Amino acid sequence: MIVVTEACTPEDTGKWEWCRVDELLNPPPDAAWNSLYNGLWITIQATVIGAIIAIVLGLIFAIMRRSSVRPVSWTATAIVEFIRSTPLLVQLFFLFFVIVPTLFTGMDVETQAKVAGFTGLGLHYATYMSEVYRAGIDGVPKGQWEATTALSLPRVRVWTSVILPQAIPRVLPALGNYVIAMFKEVPLLFTIGVTEMLFDAQSYGSSTFHYTEAITVVGVFFLVISIITAIPIRLLERRYGHL
Amino acid sequence: MATSEPVAGAHRSNGADPLISFDKVVKQFGSLTVLRDLDFNVASGERVTLIGPSGSGKTTILRLLMTLEKVTSGSITVDGDSLTHMDKGGKQVVADEKHCRQVRKKIGMVFQSFNLFPNMNVMRNITEAPVRVLGKSRDEAEQRAKELLDMVGLGDKTNNHPSQLSGGQQQRVAIARALAMEPKVMLLDEVTAALDPELVADVLNVLRDIANTTDMTMLIVTHEMGFARDVSNRVMMFDRGQILEEGPPSQIFGEPENERTRTFLKAVLEEH
Amino acid sequence: MLSDVWDYLPNLLRGVIITLEITGGAAVVGLFTAFASGLMARSSLRIVRIVARVYVEVFRGTSAVVQLFWIFFVLPLLVGWQLFPIWAGILALGLNIGAYGSEVVRGSIRAVPRGQSEAAVALSFSPADRLRRIILPQAWVGMIPPFGNLLIELLKGSALVSLITVSELTFVGQGLRQLEGNTALIYSVVLIMYFILAYLITMGMRFLERRAKASLGMRPVASSKPSDKLIQDVPS
Repeated sequence: MIVVTEACTPEDTGKWEWCRVDELLNPPPDAAWNSLYNGLWITIQATVIGAIIAIVLGLIFAIMRRSSVRPVSWTATAIVEFIRSTPLLVQLFFLFFVIVPTLFTGMDVETQAKVAGFTGLGLHYATYMSEVYRAGIDGVPKGQWEATTALSLPRVRVWTSVILPQAIPRVLPALGNYVIAMFKEVPLLFTIGVTEMLFDAQSYGSSTFHYTEAITVVGVFFLVISIITAIPIRLLERRYGHL
Repeated sequence: MATSEPVAGAHRSNGADPLISFDKVVKQFGSLTVLRDLDFNVASGERVTLIGPSGSGKTTILRLLMTLEKVTSGSITVDGDSLTHMDKGGKQVVADEKHCRQVRKKIGMVFQSFNLFPNMNVMRNITEAPVRVLGKSRDEAEQRAKELLDMVGLGDKTNNHPSQLSGGQQQRVAIARALAMEPKVMLLDEVTAALDPELVADVLNVLRDIANTTDMTMLIVTHEMGFARDVSNRVMMFDRGQILEEGPPSQIFGEPENERTRTFLKAVLEEH
Repeated sequence: MLSDVWDYLPNLLRGVIITLEITGGAAVVGLFTAFASGLMARSSLRIVRIVARVYVEVFRGTSAVVQLFWIFFVLPLLVGWQLFPIWAGILALGLNIGAYGSEVVRGSIRAVPRGQSEAAVALSFSPADRLRRIILPQAWVGMIPPFGNLLIELLKGSALVSLITVSELTFVGQGLRQLEGNTALIYSVVLIMYFILAYLITMGMRFLERRAKASLGMRPVASSKPSDKLIQDVPS
């Protein structure tokens, strides 16, 4: 769809103009910014990959913390507490400027940014999720553990056949809520150059100075998606109850 | 209605103006009807005990009087004022919170689970409402509180915290707290049901004292049949939201007319 | 290397002070809006409840960064005046955290045993007095741990304000890094400083909670015989 840029006057940035929203979503061929839909796609990628990392890593952290091997549980606890208590923003900087360049020297900057960003997101939320898993595992009645000892089940089986199937359904709503929270923190990734939604809004804004429409539309996108994705979480809560 | 036998300390009104009047009261919780077309009166100074199986509606009656629940239909009058309706521009409409609060000031209630306020000590628990609601000065309220605590046998506990008292002591403080508001009617909702057996007697004795030395109108829900017999002018047997039988204790406990009453009493007395 | 840390410290500590100012300011705003909207949600007036609900859903459902940028970049265009960056940060973070706090307020008020409000009704307390003198003092204890968590979230959120050029800890760290290089060291020190602040906040919250629990459980005993000390659980 071709938009005649002259119709969208650059003056009077205080007033709302719908054609600017249109420009943002469907930029003209020579525009200096990308379509907001691109940013949305990157945002979704970040959320999905970050969620996978967080869900898997969170479980690993939770199991490690309950280990009877002291160094293992202590290390896991230290990592979880440290990452949980410090800002994601600084962690992203650390990953992007220090860790990823040293580990992936050949990679181009754009991909480095994504690796740092998605991993940082996943790692940060893994620590929240590990707490959720811990609460779920603690909620499994003690008798279950004793029964597995009586049956001499091997360690791995204890976890996979008895404990986790009982612990995980109850924590699904909480995990879901954290995924939604992660989705809302994706905009932080613009600071290390990941072209998610806020990045697109910003580049549109710096070209045309129409920040109002750009940032408001981004906000509305987040609100709508949050509300929509909250619905399955509510259903899960109703089914499995609160933690 | 059966006439009541005189009990020491109680006086009967001339029957013209009952203190409490339930008029065709219906109470439903969703699809469950707990009270059906309930009509009864309580005269000033009367002691009425409500007995019956759980779910028969006895506690609901007390809760309606305390405006903890609202009637589905019908009306309740207390000391001449309607509890359920008020006058608004010449019309009778459902009473709002302010109106309810005015009328229910005349009613005091003691709960099964005491419900003392844990963020205050005993003295504060008793004086807070007289100061905030009745507008008494703190000194005046504290003096009255001391009198009431002496009366219930806890005069030395003014500075204690509810958690430091036994259940029976807490309930006695709760009674003092209700009395501090100078109500005309006391509602007693299974006040000893949550107590260990050894502690029940102390509380019942306090209530017996009140019955004997004042002319407080009392509406009692209890399973303590001995106590009910000692204190009541009238006993009402409830079942499924309606009065099955009512009369003086000698009749209800001695020679009940209704079969259901007989079976109920037999079961309860066997328990005790 | 460690001597470098010593050199950076004065600047970093100045950043810490700004971080604390932002966190504290936003905490005050958040506390206010949390209680206001938490109590409004219990109103009998439908319109009041709806306003509270909209506030909570909007600020919980959108990204904190986006809210920050909206308040700093867009609001001036709409109303005509520009907030100082630090005030925009405090306002945005405060409104955001208040929406989460609102749920905490509602939940802990709901958690106060029903018998307490019934006893207050029986004593003819006005609804306002009921809330102020009976319910809130008891609800407060339950609010402290979740509020503590939210305060830590605020501390982490204060780093976002660096994006609108406020010289809090993260901004200072960025600046130092651009001047000096030494990226890994500087970011590590910054992270450690945040960790220490978070730890101090947690300690503070635990102290507050202990004190609040004490005011509910134990009061000075003036005179009571030892034989009378029978503690029984109050059935709810």
